[in-house]
Amino acid sequence: MKTIQDCLKERILVIDGAMGTMIQRHKLTEADYRGERFKDWPCDVKGNNDLLNLTRPDIIIGIHKQYLDAGADIIETNTFSSTVIAMADYEMQSLAYELNVAAARCAREAIRQSGKEAWVAGAIGPLNKTLSLSPDVNNPGFRAVTFDEVVNAYYEQVKGLVDGGVDLLLIETIFDTLNAKGAIFAIKKYFRDTKKPSLPVMISGTITDASGRTLSGQTLEAFYTSVMHAKPLSVGLNCALGAKEMRPHIEELSQIAGCYVSAYPNAGLPNAMGEYDEHPEDTGHYLEEWAKEGFVNIVGGCCGTTPDHIKHIAEHVKQITPRALPVVETALV
Amino acid sequence: MQETTVIRPYLRLAGLEPLVVRPETNFVNVGERTNVTGSKKFARLVRDNQYEEALSVARQQVENGAQVLDVNMDDALLDGVKAMTTFLNLLQSEPDIAKIPVMIDSSKFEIIEAGLKCVQGKCIVNSISMKEGEAKFIEQAIICQSYGAAVIVMAFDEKGQADTRERKIEICSRAYKILTEQVGYDPQDIIFDPNIFAIATGMEEHNNYGVDFIEATREIKRRMPLTKVSGGVSNLSFSFRGNDHVREAMHSVFLFHAIKAGMDMGIVNAGQLVVYDEIEPQLRQLCEDVILNRNNDNNEATEKLIAFAETVKAKGKVEVKDEAWRNTSVEERLKHALVNGITDYIDIDTEETRLKYPKPLDVIEGPLMAGMNVVGDLFGAGKMFLPQVVKSARVMKKSVAWLTPFIEEEKRNNPNAAKGNVPKVLLATVKGDVHDIGKNIVGVVLGCNGYDIVDLGVMVPADKILDTAEKEKADIIGLSGLITPSLDEMVHVAHEMKRRNMKQPLLIGGATTSRMHTAVKIAPQYDNGVLHILDASRSVTAVSTLLSKEKEILLQKTRDEYDALRYQFLHKNKKDLIPYTEAVITKEYFDWKNYKPVQPAVSGVKVLKGYDLGTLAKYIDWGPFFIAWEMPGHFPEVLSDKIFGVEANRLFADAQKLLKQIIDEKWFSADGVIGFWPASSNNADTITLRTDNGEVKLEMLRQQLKKAVGQPCFSLADFVKPQQYGPSPGTGPKNEEALFQTGQTLEKNLAALTGQPGLKDSSELSSPSGEQGAAIDYMGAFAVTIHGAKKHIDRFAADHDEYNKILVQILADRMVEAFAECLHQQTRKEFWGYDKAEQLSNAQLIREEYKGIRPAPGYPACPDHTEKIKLFELLNVTENIGITLTESLAMNPPASVCGWYIGHPQSHYFGLGKISRDQLEDYAKRKGMSMEEAERWMRPVLE
Repeated sequence: MKTIQDCLKERILVIDGAMGTMIQRHKLTEADYRGERFKDWPCDVKGNNDLLNLTRPDIIIGIHKQYLDAGADIIETNTFSSTVIAMADYEMQSLAYELNVAAARCAREAIRQSGKEAWVAGAIGPLNKTLSLSPDVNNPGFRAVTFDEVVNAYYEQVKGLVDGGVDLLLIETIFDTLNAKGAIFAIKKYFRDTKKPSLPVMISGTITDASGRTLSGQTLEAFYTSVMHAKPLSVGLNCALGAKEMRPHIEELSQIAGCYVSAYPNAGLPNAMGEYDEHPEDTGHYLEEWAKEGFVNIVGGCCGTTPDHIKHIAEHVKQITPRALPVVETALV
Repeated sequence: MQETTVIRPYLRLAGLEPLVVRPETNFVNVGERTNVTGSKKFARLVRDNQYEEALSVARQQVENGAQVLDVNMDDALLDGVKAMTTFLNLLQSEPDIAKIPVMIDSSKFEIIEAGLKCVQGKCIVNSISMKEGEAKFIEQAIICQSYGAAVIVMAFDEKGQADTRERKIEICSRAYKILTEQVGYDPQDIIFDPNIFAIATGMEEHNNYGVDFIEATREIKRRMPLTKVSGGVSNLSFSFRGNDHVREAMHSVFLFHAIKAGMDMGIVNAGQLVVYDEIEPQLRQLCEDVILNRNNDNNEATEKLIAFAETVKAKGKVEVKDEAWRNTSVEERLKHALVNGITDYIDIDTEETRLKYPKPLDVIEGPLMAGMNVVGDLFGAGKMFLPQVVKSARVMKKSVAWLTPFIEEEKRNNPNAAKGNVPKVLLATVKGDVHDIGKNIVGVVLGCNGYDIVDLGVMVPADKILDTAEKEKADIIGLSGLITPSLDEMVHVAHEMKRRNMKQPLLIGGATTSRMHTAVKIAPQYDNGVLHILDASRSVTAVSTLLSKEKEILLQKTRDEYDALRYQFLHKNKKDLIPYTEAVITKEYFDWKNYKPVQPAVSGVKVLKGYDLGTLAKYIDWGPFFIAWEMPGHFPEVLSDKIFGVEANRLFADAQKLLKQIIDEKWFSADGVIGFWPASSNNADTITLRTDNGEVKLEMLRQQLKKAVGQPCFSLADFVKPQQYGPSPGTGPKNEEALFQTGQTLEKNLAALTGQPGLKDSSELSSPSGEQGAAIDYMGAFAVTIHGAKKHIDRFAADHDEYNKILVQILADRMVEAFAECLHQQTRKEFWGYDKAEQLSNAQLIREEYKGIRPAPGYPACPDHTEKIKLFELLNVTENIGITLTESLAMNPPASVCGWYIGHPQSHYFGLGKISRDQLEDYAKRKGMSMEEAERWMRPVLE
């Protein structure tokens, strides 16, 4: 099998779509989430999608396979909230490591069953607590979590993902750059401590509104500058915006990024009912245009996107030459 | 076909916004005032947990053009990790500060790491070095790299700090090799600090330090071209401290050479840069010799510079006039005169043009307006600055004055001559307020941009403003004010405009006004447009937009913005206030038992008339002078500002010249009055003064903002010894134990009596407070004013000389502030005499390093203007020195200052912040005011 770096030189790679949207379709009950092992768990766990890696691996593997069949080259582990910090909502802090291992194995298994060539990206989510923002408007200096706690949580997640066999690490949906810096710190530390060869890191931020800034207030260029030290395989944007709204930001990023550029927007903006209703062919057209403009190397979908969206995206971009990697100079000319 | 993008290897930093240091980037200024080791003010604010004010220090840095913010919390009395964390976390919530990158500065790596944990952007670490060996250096570098920071590496190794060129290069090269090869640092993220040391110290081995730095920089940049070089410049001239003139020149010459050799950034202040080309040639030559170590055998150059430094006096620069422009066409000459503010030939040039054109009005509408358009464009593009624009206005006015009789005559001959249809702007300082410098500047700037200005002057009642606006058909109304009661008056004007169904947009400006107040209080009163204008330069764009078809867009944008501000105010701005009774208990406590108040040498009231102006001039704080001219920055750095430094120098020269004339010809009379009285506090917020005419109670306000545990709620009353402690040991007959007993009874008596509102003169009270002479503590008051400015202001106005008119106004303000500063010092050393040994420079005075304070009623520590009435009665101010109070309690003449003297060595300035209704009720009761009246005066501080 070729390395991902080799493939990225040749073609635009496709990353999968939403996991949550697909899980919803199964209309699971509290009992489905609990399974046998957690039938006596003291609090409700319905909605803890990451738990399904342990209790319903069949469903998770099934969704991964649907995305692989639709043409995804990279599938994301179902680990958006698999950290000791985020799992506190379900009193499942002690399961964080195990969830990551199980999720990575589900993804590996799906690739084995489908017989395709694809990569598993270990998904590292943004946490439900932020390091740059105070949750208390009366006390702007307050922080609900410390940098060290964030690093420890991510370190454990990275260990689980690597032990479970992922090929890449994907820090995604970054709305507070300092949280992402905590994840980068943890990744660097993990590979330093274990002396294992580093896995490629993908970074994907989230622009939350038309001003073009992250939730924590950084411009896109400032965001990129602040995470460059990860020496990422790719940097990109996902979530919050549909393709239409994301376009100017992806264009900017394609101009400043020294690495590959990824983009996986939502299926439009939510409608009045809070649902995403952009048609797969529309998403496909938008991303095709970006590909033709030379903005992107990796494309896919976020909230509201389905295997159908990924299929259209894959069909629209597969013949298009990917964005050429910029010349990164190492001397002044 | 895609174009290939190229990413260049530049140092890239980020706050909320990116900063890229490119080869063409001039010199990166690192703001250094947020450093507890360098700024006493910042250190005090941090130590006192006044982080909000500490943030304002950071904000000033950004406003003054800092591109990176250096933050240092290395102080023996501070928990550095905690202070760094608290400050940086708070800073993240201030987008106007957090937009620039942070330089985390500490000699303790744990503080650096604590800082790195708080900042989302890409920082600079200042600094790491090999002084504790390679292993430690590598370990720290790896940590910095894991946080994605750029690093400053100090040229310091196991053997010590590098002093020679060779050592600097050797250490930096070694560090570079380790960082790039072993740690994997990107070369562009490495910044070297090759150590700037003091030169011209008299020690010959120090003479080459400047050359060593410059030459090391050159070689470092040659060998490692992607790296950056930084340094702290003020060390260089350490041996000339106290002689800023020479220090400035040395820094400027040094940077001239160091930047040429490749220095990229620096922490620059104490030397305060002058423009290299403007240094007097002799001094520049001497600096060159000393810095470059030329002609310096046996310290020859050093000694010459020292000799020069001893003789040096600030001399006015001699300007050589260039008269070539006189040979161009008359239109060109008019334009040149307007752009350069030259009045010398304006009458003959105007006359020549008048004869050339068919009608005198054509001269105004043709060449004069063409010239003013150039001025307006240059100002808009930031290529001309306010003082120049005011000078241009002077030329314009003089030219128009020459033409006016001819225009009048033509009107008489031909009544149908078309009258220009120029938009009209009406300006006024509101009722109760006498301050108008800002308003005058706005008038001039708008006048320059072709608007017809109707200036109603100061203390203008709402009716008069609005009647005139209707009569004159003003297109826009602008209100100005400086003191807080003016804010209410502005609300009233807006309200009246709505009632009268007026249509003109209303502009709000002046020192106490703000966007927030305008949005929350004024804008809701009037629907046809209310805009807060930050400064004169912004008035132009606002007025021109309001008179264009973009008007509605601007008004709508402003409405949206103000709606958001109001929402923010209502929902986010609520700070936790604690109950007043609780605030009183958490007062600031001092060691009163061991406190011995100093009895003032002057007792009662002393009048000082006609104070020597030359003495006062030495106390002037020039910073606010330049701010008034919209040239922000510290003095004297402002004179070397990259953008407006040259103009600032010119303005300064003009001001010095005029000031000399004011002093020599005694234009001003500086009159002051001071007084001191026995005083005591009541453990709450009342201070009782014992005067010959009985007792006077001063009522203070207390902070109610919820603070960290152990942090007191400040009130000025806390700085005066409470009655219960009685007179100090040694001054009274009783022992301490007994005194305390008596004190308690006294307090009870006092409490019973203070319950009676309006009690002013009480002979019952003076008897239990002890014998005459056994005072508990003392307090003083002062009022100072500058008389005589108005005559000259009017004279310049009549002569159409706006420039000198505004200069005189601003200088009168500066002089009265200098008078307050000077008199305060004399009070400390002599009149009161509690700090006879004080030796402080003017810079130290401006930084408020003296003992004791002089808070002014109506300002942050005691915002109630009505206490001024008591101060005026105590000192008999109006009779003694002729200051009067308006109904809003503004002082007239406008160049007047008054305040209290408090002598306690630990007393300090503070801002009251917001208070809640419970305190207001207590305060109203103490003052014998109705709640309604108290609310009216306290509205700006009321939650």
